[in-house]
Amino acid sequence: MSKIRVLVGTKKGAFILTADGQRKNWKVSGPHFAGWEIYHVKGSPADPNRLYASQTSGWFGQIIQRSDDGGRTWNTPGSSAEELKSPNGFPKGESNKFVYTGQAGTHKWYDGTQHPWEFKRVWHIEPSLTDPDVAYAGVEDAAIFKTTDGGKTWRELPGLRRAKGHLWQPGAGGMAVHTILLDPENEQRIYVAISAGGCFRTDDGGKTWKPITRGLKSLYELPDPAAEVGHCVHRIALHPSRPDVLFMQKHWDVLRTDNAGEEWREVSGNLPTDFGFPIDVHAHEPETVFVVPIKSDSEHYPPDGKLRVYRSKTGGNEWEPLAKGLPQKDCYVNVLRDAMAVDRLDKCGVYFGTTGGQVYCSADGGNSWDPVVRDLPAVYSVEVQTLK
Amino acid sequence: MVRIVLPFHLRNLARVNGEVELEVTGPVTVRSVLDALEARYPVLRGTIRDHDTLKRRPFVRFFACKEDLSLEPPETGLPAAVADGEEPFLIVGAMAGG
Repeated sequence: MSKIRVLVGTKKGAFILTADGQRKNWKVSGPHFAGWEIYHVKGSPADPNRLYASQTSGWFGQIIQRSDDGGRTWNTPGSSAEELKSPNGFPKGESNKFVYTGQAGTHKWYDGTQHPWEFKRVWHIEPSLTDPDVAYAGVEDAAIFKTTDGGKTWRELPGLRRAKGHLWQPGAGGMAVHTILLDPENEQRIYVAISAGGCFRTDDGGKTWKPITRGLKSLYELPDPAAEVGHCVHRIALHPSRPDVLFMQKHWDVLRTDNAGEEWREVSGNLPTDFGFPIDVHAHEPETVFVVPIKSDSEHYPPDGKLRVYRSKTGGNEWEPLAKGLPQKDCYVNVLRDAMAVDRLDKCGVYFGTTGGQVYCSADGGNSWDPVVRDLPAVYSVEVQTLK
Repeated sequence: MVRIVLPFHLRNLARVNGEVELEVTGPVTVRSVLDALEARYPVLRGTIRDHDTLKRRPFVRFFACKEDLSLEPPETGLPAAVADGEEPFLIVGAMAGG
């Protein structure tokens, strides 16, 4: 029977939630790395027991953790007991060394001046679809790094910052690569999204990148309607069967592209607000999309104190609220950009976490919801593994 | 033998209990103590001082013999009592909320 493993990153540690395919009786493991901010935990599609976690602290900086047994034990890559006994001598302790390639350069600052690039933390780790030792890290200040040795060392793919990086600017939450999508049909193609840099694509494995923002409008942020970079893209998502179709939740508007980002069009339709963070696609229905509308960029909580996921079964424009099982009064939590995921069971499960510490699960494609846990620290990220 | 007291989170990261004791060769300075500490516990690299520049992280402080040595140049010699192991060298996470 299938098993579900939900990987939750929070403000004060990581939690692992497990259940069988019924998704009713959950076991909670954690906190792992108690007291540290866990921006993201994600498993390798090529080896589900290989997990990567980004552990950060305002005091002690960045740590990368890796598990090779599904989250039971963890080590910073290169420092497991076996590796410490290796004939190669002491490990170098470089699994948390994120150094920009060459001259770090500058980007746009809040006052319009140029500001030096400074590494702060890893927001998102995207493991390769085929090799458990390969993964990409999206970091703040915005850049993408790659490991080919299971996280022991990381090297920047500097071509991304050459895509007009001097015009990227931090939003209120910082300036980070927060989304990395790997094309399952073309390993040379990668998409990334940056707040507030925009959306970018490489077709040569990360050597060169180009902005893919035609059709995006950010009038209150970028008066120039033809601006290629600087858009505050909150999240992008794709269905693996159609990697040229992307959906986007932007600071304003929900959009889609049908040609790998060459042209976007707005599909906000009847959504109650134009603002939100996460967006995801149903596991088996490529035209079914989920978002969580948030009242505005000034308030960051659900409209009318009612927590509702919105689902479109038509690839956008026509949206229906999903509220069964979710709080419908006095609810003022937020759902952050990396805090929604779907499983791949026949009846697709949808999951999201809130800044109030709840993780909700719908085992019926969004029709009804149940809390898995209610009182975790603020949830930063949710990922789901469907295990055989 | 130099005694080092690590803050809670770094003790957990290095998987040590209580104080760390290290042999430091040559002059006992902030830099040589941190070099020895990171050689013994590579997992601590980048957590106390920047990987690249070796500058102290902003919210990490160094204390010894009731003195704050955080702003002293890294080559500054530590007090004899620290070098002799009579007093510990304290690495502290600066006070902050959140």
